[in-house]
Amino acid sequence: MLEYLSIIITAIFVNNIVFSQFLGICPFIGVSKNLDSAVGMGLAVTFVMAVATAATWLLQHYVLLPLGLGYVQTIAFILVIAVLVQMLEIIMKKSSPGLYAALGVFLPLITTNCAVLGVAIIVAQKDFAFVHSIVYAVATALGFTLALIVFAGIRMQLDMVDVPRPMRGVPIALVTAGILALAFMGFSGLSL
Amino acid sequence: MSALSTITDGIVKRNPTFVLILGMCPTLGTTSSALTGMSMGLATLAVLLCSNMAISAIRKIVPDAVRIPVFIIVIASFVTVLEMIMQAWLPALYSALGIFIPLIVVNCILLGRAEAFASKNDVLLSACDGIGIGTGFTLALTAIGTVRELLGNGSVFGLQLFDSSFGALVFVLAPGAFIVLGFLIALFNYLRHA
Repeated sequence: MLEYLSIIITAIFVNNIVFSQFLGICPFIGVSKNLDSAVGMGLAVTFVMAVATAATWLLQHYVLLPLGLGYVQTIAFILVIAVLVQMLEIIMKKSSPGLYAALGVFLPLITTNCAVLGVAIIVAQKDFAFVHSIVYAVATALGFTLALIVFAGIRMQLDMVDVPRPMRGVPIALVTAGILALAFMGFSGLSL
Repeated sequence: MSALSTITDGIVKRNPTFVLILGMCPTLGTTSSALTGMSMGLATLAVLLCSNMAISAIRKIVPDAVRIPVFIIVIASFVTVLEMIMQAWLPALYSALGIFIPLIVVNCILLGRAEAFASKNDVLLSACDGIGIGTGFTLALTAIGTVRELLGNGSVFGLQLFDSSFGALVFVLAPGAFIVLGFLIALFNYLRHA
């Protein structure tokens, strides 16, 4: 139990996927303009990342490795993720229209979110056990959600200040993210 | 649209990093030194050139409805080839760039160029577009890597210009990546509109 707690704290704060691993930057910059879409995107990523990590773990350990096909990992993983996202979209539309209305618009964007493929590859490289992988994936996605929500809050304030013209938009957002990353570095002293 | 202007457009007017703001993850993640930044740029250039040419060559036989999955498979195949080549001949570089090599698959620059350019133009023009955009990306990553290495470590491409104890380590670490990229985009904006 304590072991899982340490994985969760590490993945959310110490090795935050956005601020220290540089994955999922495009949605981080693109979807963090207001709080509602930040929460929606965060939840959609959490859901997809958990399902995708489970699917790719099973694929890796029951198909690719026994057949000696480790070298097609990249192709196989991206295909599974793309199919999965498409399937989730169809299932969600039929079974829970409410959830679909909230998360639907974010789903197609997630296929090219490098955080999902990134976590699947990290899990395969580090050879985590199944439960460990799922816990890691969910915790990483929660770290992504946290980063997105904090950043959205700051950007809403940023809209109200007078920023020099060349710095408007993405540049000031990146500098702000840099300062946030600096704050997150404070957690790297945590020994777990 | 001539071949030459397609190349120069990709470097300046449609620079993927500073103008289109695409492919942010490798841009931030691999530019802790000028050399790793440039290597990542060249790796992306190689895949982009091959995938643009291949997609342009098959553009008339791919049905419209399944074109995106087909593009992704073409890109992923070339990434796998690149991975194997790097593992065999450049193992040190491969481990330095780490996860960002397989992640070229989800770099939005590649799918973006496939959809916006290669699926509409002939093979030669698509190759030029790949070279232009790839060179623009490589130059941008090299520039960011140079600034970060100089400010953080006092060196450029490993050549020590001043003692590393005068460098601010933060520029080599994660926060420096965001801050340097932010200011470089602002500088590029300023120069473009000045």
